[in-house]
Amino acid sequence: MEDGSRRVAELDTGFFVRWLTETASAVDREADRLTELDSAIGDADHGSNLRRGFTAVTAALTDKPPPSPGAALGLAGRTLVSKVGGASGPLYGTLLRRTGRELGDAATVSREELARAMSTGVEAVAALGGAAEGDKTMLDALLPAVRALPESFTAARRAAAEGAVGTVPMRARRGRASYLGERSIGHEDPGAASSLLLVAALERSWEAADE
Amino acid sequence: MSDAAGSGAVGVVLVSHSRDVADAVSRLAVALSGGTGGRLVAAAGGAGDGGIGTSSELIVDAARRVDRGAGVVVVADLGSAVLTVRALIADEDDADGDEAESPRPGQAGVGTLPPGARLVDAPFLEGAVAAVVTAGAGAPLADVVRAAEDAYEYRKL
Repeated sequence: MEDGSRRVAELDTGFFVRWLTETASAVDREADRLTELDSAIGDADHGSNLRRGFTAVTAALTDKPPPSPGAALGLAGRTLVSKVGGASGPLYGTLLRRTGRELGDAATVSREELARAMSTGVEAVAALGGAAEGDKTMLDALLPAVRALPESFTAARRAAAEGAVGTVPMRARRGRASYLGERSIGHEDPGAASSLLLVAALERSWEAADE
Repeated sequence: MSDAAGSGAVGVVLVSHSRDVADAVSRLAVALSGGTGGRLVAAAGGAGDGGIGTSSELIVDAARRVDRGAGVVVVADLGSAVLTVRALIADEDDADGDEAESPRPGQAGVGTLPPGARLVDAPFLEGAVAAVVTAGAGAPLADVVRAAEDAYEYRKL
């Protein structure tokens, strides 16, 4: 499996726990910015809701160390659905649970397998919220990221970043922001911004594993 | 089904972002059912801390309180209330998914809704009244669902 220059991505449970705790740190750091984005077109609770959720995720992972990558994502997803009192709980909860379920109980997964599982997870988010790409939602960051993930973690992060910025000129068609119609144009979607944090944490966790 | 409020009656859960709204709509629906729906309906309003939001724990608790084995109908208001119920029902649908164990009370994780819980596509207040009145009259699950969803058809002009 070794190619001598770059090891093949085998992602173990430790990687997934690191991904989730990295995401928790990023959400904690960026909570005020997320809430500010949400106060422009939403109900100004995205940062605080996600912070509460991911703080609980970190605690759950410490409290009950998961036996596999799939179990880590399942635990995180259930915790988010349980602890977040806003739409981000069921949406991110569904993303992680569904991705985790696709991974099954494998001890390690490849980046390609993660990309396939996440793609199913993102489809479940789209079905739950009844949204599509271009509706100015988290999907506008997640879908390009998942498409780029087979290439590299860095490519996925770049795609998510472009996708998040790309929501600025969009008109919201889902969620509370959709009531604003034209006035939702000109603001970055908070869900796309937090999705970028999740994907960027993936890249950081991989780099940490590389050291 | 003569024993409408006893075993075998369909339960109704009202999920609103606001505890006040869920409680008040529950009282209104019970009053309009002539009191027959009183034991069949449970309100799950607001976030866990009493503020505005949605609490999956309150929803699951409420559903378990009114579950008498004949099914539970959930009426939700907006956004995260709808998404949370849909996520909980998806959990129920794949209960054999990630670690099928039910989380213990107070532990991180989501308890599951009773089997056969249904989210209805209905306006909150009108759907709640229709569901509680129908359930209070002893109707089976399919009829309670239909009554709530028919509430979209009541024109006011």
